[in-house]
Amino acid sequence: MKAKVLLSLILLCGSLAAPPARAGDAAPAAPAACELPSYLLTSESQLPKVADAVKAGKPLEILVIGSRSTTIPASEDASYPARMQAILKDKLPPSETVHVSVEIQSKKTAEEAAASFVKLMEAKAPTLVIWQTGTVDAIRAIDPDDFRGAVTEGVTVLQKAGADVVLMNLQYSPRTETMISVPPYLDNMRVVAQEHDIPLFDRFAIMRQWNDQGQFDLFSPSRGPELAKQVHDCLGRALAQFVIDAAHLEPAQQQN
Amino acid sequence: MTIADQVTGSTIAGTAGAKAVEAKSAGVKPRAAAPAISLPAIGERELRLDLFRGLALWLIFIDHLPPSLLTWFTIRNYGFSDATEIFIFISGYTAAFVYGRAMLESGIVIATARIMRRVWQIYVAHVFLFTIFLAEISYVATSFENPLYTEEMGIMDFLKQPDVTIVQALLLRFRPVNMDVLPLYIVLMLALPLILWSMKWKPDLTLGLSVALYAVTWEYDLYFSAYPNGFWAFNPLAWQLLFVFGAWCALGGARRMSRILASPVTMWISIAYIVAAFYVTLTWYVPQLSHLMPKRLEQWMYPIDKTDLDVLRFTHFLALAALTVRFLPRDWPGLKSPWLRPLILCGSHSLEIFCLGVFLAFAGHFILAEVSGGAVMHAVISLSGILIMWGVAWVISWYKRVADKSGAKTKIAVSNADMAGGG
Repeated sequence: MKAKVLLSLILLCGSLAAPPARAGDAAPAAPAACELPSYLLTSESQLPKVADAVKAGKPLEILVIGSRSTTIPASEDASYPARMQAILKDKLPPSETVHVSVEIQSKKTAEEAAASFVKLMEAKAPTLVIWQTGTVDAIRAIDPDDFRGAVTEGVTVLQKAGADVVLMNLQYSPRTETMISVPPYLDNMRVVAQEHDIPLFDRFAIMRQWNDQGQFDLFSPSRGPELAKQVHDCLGRALAQFVIDAAHLEPAQQQN
Repeated sequence: MTIADQVTGSTIAGTAGAKAVEAKSAGVKPRAAAPAISLPAIGERELRLDLFRGLALWLIFIDHLPPSLLTWFTIRNYGFSDATEIFIFISGYTAAFVYGRAMLESGIVIATARIMRRVWQIYVAHVFLFTIFLAEISYVATSFENPLYTEEMGIMDFLKQPDVTIVQALLLRFRPVNMDVLPLYIVLMLALPLILWSMKWKPDLTLGLSVALYAVTWEYDLYFSAYPNGFWAFNPLAWQLLFVFGAWCALGGARRMSRILASPVTMWISIAYIVAAFYVTLTWYVPQLSHLMPKRLEQWMYPIDKTDLDVLRFTHFLALAALTVRFLPRDWPGLKSPWLRPLILCGSHSLEIFCLGVFLAFAGHFILAEVSGGAVMHAVISLSGILIMWGVAWVISWYKRVADKSGAKTKIAVSNADMAGGG
């Protein structure tokens, strides 16, 4: 038993220490702090509509639906949706129009947010929706089964409206770890993503990776926006890379 | 659960308890049967119970700290079940063992009164921990304003309504993270008189009723509601199964299962199941492996529900327990070794050490956040936490020994029983 535990520990350590691939080709000028192991930036699920739009040279309309952790107070331009738009424009062919719009639904649970999706989709008609959710549900300790139901319903509406969907889970927030129970919400989002075969951008694991590797000190009590800006910059880069990867945009289509 | 009923329903609980302890090892080499109506010798503790409960307490402490290298040593990373299962099962076992004997010696009223006294102790401990939680969260609310986490700070909103929140906490309906085990334990202990009374009458039927309640809970989605919304993180209606199963084992079930436990078929099924569970958990941590998991199986299996004690978790615990009983006999000399002494000490004062562990986890978080969050600091905090738990357990033992010496002889029985009282 002991030997097995030890062996598996070694295995796990080995895999955790796997070389941080991919960050290099994420963007030539990516800061070292953004480095991530490649498995956090790839997904088995695909984004066929994004792929078609780019292939056909149609404009790529992306809608980010999120709660307050999708923005930085008083620094909209530095938040991850804005950063993602900049990186995507940089990496896709110059002829490709990329437009990212953001819909903030602060203090709304997944169920409350999903209720607005039909109208929202009629108004915006995006190719890709990135839905960041879970935080408000975790804070309010919503029944995880209800949460899963709400996310399932939201995803179904988004897909029916003709968009590709990426789910984004919670932030890694070490300060509030003893106060907010996050794991059930992470698990349920993973389940919904699996059931609908849509990519899940694992923001939680990514931020924890940065914290554990010492790239960012997420315990920092600093009141200034600097840390938030850097983290969002890296999140935007990672998300852009994730979308490119899941849509299988050929290297030829990238401006490397 | 179709086990040949070798003991008649009229067997006195205490007697069965006496045999049960022996029975755990009897699987390998049957001992001479104890005299029919003898009570278990006072002071003779089942060290394996203390050992594993101590281990569960350490693991719960480590799991409550932020993840670190040490977290990889906790069993939840190697299978479906975790330390909570061990803790609740052993609590059921010891509670039935101790209070079952009390019920036999002094009758149901006295036994119930003693159980209620224990419930009160656990309740007070819970309120104490809640106070510490309030202190911590109030501090963070006023000192932490990182703009990255404005949303997460929404958790502080409940501080705006202390009148409601505190009352709900006293009613066990508002329970912050990491404070779910004690309320579960309080409810289980409240039900203990009924469980024991029923066990004394018909143990197998009681276990059957427990399984039925578990099934009904799953079928009709029964739960305990919580404040401000949602439900208890550990549903007592489901988790009672482990507690009652522990009680059933203590009151003769383990002995009757000894043939099954000793059979190589059981062993190989257990091993196969544990290996399979290990593989599944491995795919959580090494996502590169996850494409080897059939999608069908994933869809059937997930989510593995902790709230309602998923069958996969329960069976995983059973497999672990079966192997433990088989390969770690009761008279294993290692149990007396000084290396395991700290664990056994902690396990024999479980209520105190459990509360201390929750407190130390809070304190550890605080230090990590305020002083530094490095890996070295993390290791220091984990290890010193365990050392503190050991030290305090030692002091409690020492004090009880001294107090017992000066107390009347008749008191020894009572205080020892409380020590083992499944806290």
